[in-house]
Amino acid sequence: MSYLPYAVAAWLCLVGLAGVATSKNLIHLAICLTVTQSSSYVLLLTVGYVKHGKAPIFKGVKLGTTAVDPVVQALTLTDVVVSVAVVALILALALDAHRLSGTVDPDRIADVSG
Amino acid sequence: MTRRLRIGVLAPALLGLAGLFAWAIAGLPAFGDYRGPYGYVLNRIVVPLRHSTNVVMGTTFDVRGIDTMAEEFILYASVLGVTLLLRDEASAGRVERRTRRLRSDAVRLLGVVMVGGGLLVGLWLVAFGYITPGGGFPGGVVLAGAILLLYLVGSHRDYHPFRNEHVLDPFEGIGAGGYVVTGLAALASGMPFLANLFGHGQTGTLASAGSIGILNGAAGLAVAVAMLLLFAEFLETYVVPLEPEDAGS
Amino acid sequence: MLATLVPLQAVVFSLVALGAPLVVLTRDPLRQALVNGIYGVTLVLLFVVLQAPDPALSMLVVSGIAYPLVILAAVARVRGERRSKETSDD
Repeated sequence: MSYLPYAVAAWLCLVGLAGVATSKNLIHLAICLTVTQSSSYVLLLTVGYVKHGKAPIFKGVKLGTTAVDPVVQALTLTDVVVSVAVVALILALALDAHRLSGTVDPDRIADVSG
Repeated sequence: MTRRLRIGVLAPALLGLAGLFAWAIAGLPAFGDYRGPYGYVLNRIVVPLRHSTNVVMGTTFDVRGIDTMAEEFILYASVLGVTLLLRDEASAGRVERRTRRLRSDAVRLLGVVMVGGGLLVGLWLVAFGYITPGGGFPGGVVLAGAILLLYLVGSHRDYHPFRNEHVLDPFEGIGAGGYVVTGLAALASGMPFLANLFGHGQTGTLASAGSIGILNGAAGLAVAVAMLLLFAEFLETYVVPLEPEDAGS
Repeated sequence: MLATLVPLQAVVFSLVALGAPLVVLTRDPLRQALVNGIYGVTLVLLFVVLQAPDPALSMLVVSGIAYPLVILAAVARVRGERRSKETSDD
């Protein structure tokens, strides 16, 4: 049972990858990729969790109180926001493919260019 | 590649990956059994050394400052890529303006209240980032959202949200560049790159945490403008044929 | 062993695990944007129960503001291009 959190992270990664591989729409594919990416957030925060730990914010909290790891939170925090720009870049590529081939289906784009 | 063949290739690959994950998980310490020293060390030293009560922000902009700079460059590079792909100067002149008045005054009033509230919340998140949860990254997104809402509640619903989004370009540069300049300023004054320059001030007030506040503000500006640019490029330059109802009004 | 995983945390972890396949199985991008927003809220809850308020705030604004805007703009653009193509073909 104490391994459930890690299993959830692995599950999210697999589900997202399956979605990416079977996708019939490039916009759908980009969102599936965000699911895969969310597994990294879950894994990071899970690894940094300390039993009975509090949030690492010491406003009105005595210094030395057990708190969870701030490093993984810093990683997750910036990653979440930067992921938007990366998804936007993928969507821009999808729109470019749509402009050139008239479709957002990855299979049919291959037909058009081939 | 047919769909059946693709699933035939995918299924064993995913099963193999799941097996590797299971093997990896079996070697991890149980949930909540934290082994690493860094979390304990940072939670002890960041508040006394940097006077930033939010240790996560102290880590983001000071202890791990160079990594965050790289993250900001990823943001910058992505915005650059989107702009190069979607900013089409040749077709910009052909864009049809589809303008339709937002009909409900109640919705518009709600929108105006939300713009004000959004700007306030965004600025608050950015400003107090190193004291309470928040900071430049989420704060910047909220600011961008509030500014975009301004265009929705204006009297026209317009697919071209900015008269000229080139105005935004230098601000993105200031946001990303300000981070580097703060780092170089430390270098120029004889300290390592991105070392904390300023006095640490009184813990728990806005005048604390030294360079963290400036880097936090620079990140907030970079994120807000990056989001605005992304939305501007997406919403701009696509030809909307006028529907009869729009053409009539 | 169970004591380390608080029941509340187990519930939220399960919610996230259930949400992901729903996002992937929703094939229409417009509906998917909505389901993805709900999945984002379950992630926010997860971050909160893992004592991570900063990433939770980040996830909240990203799944509530940024993702929907980018996805909806992309969907609108694809539909707009398609429609303008149809009208020019007539």
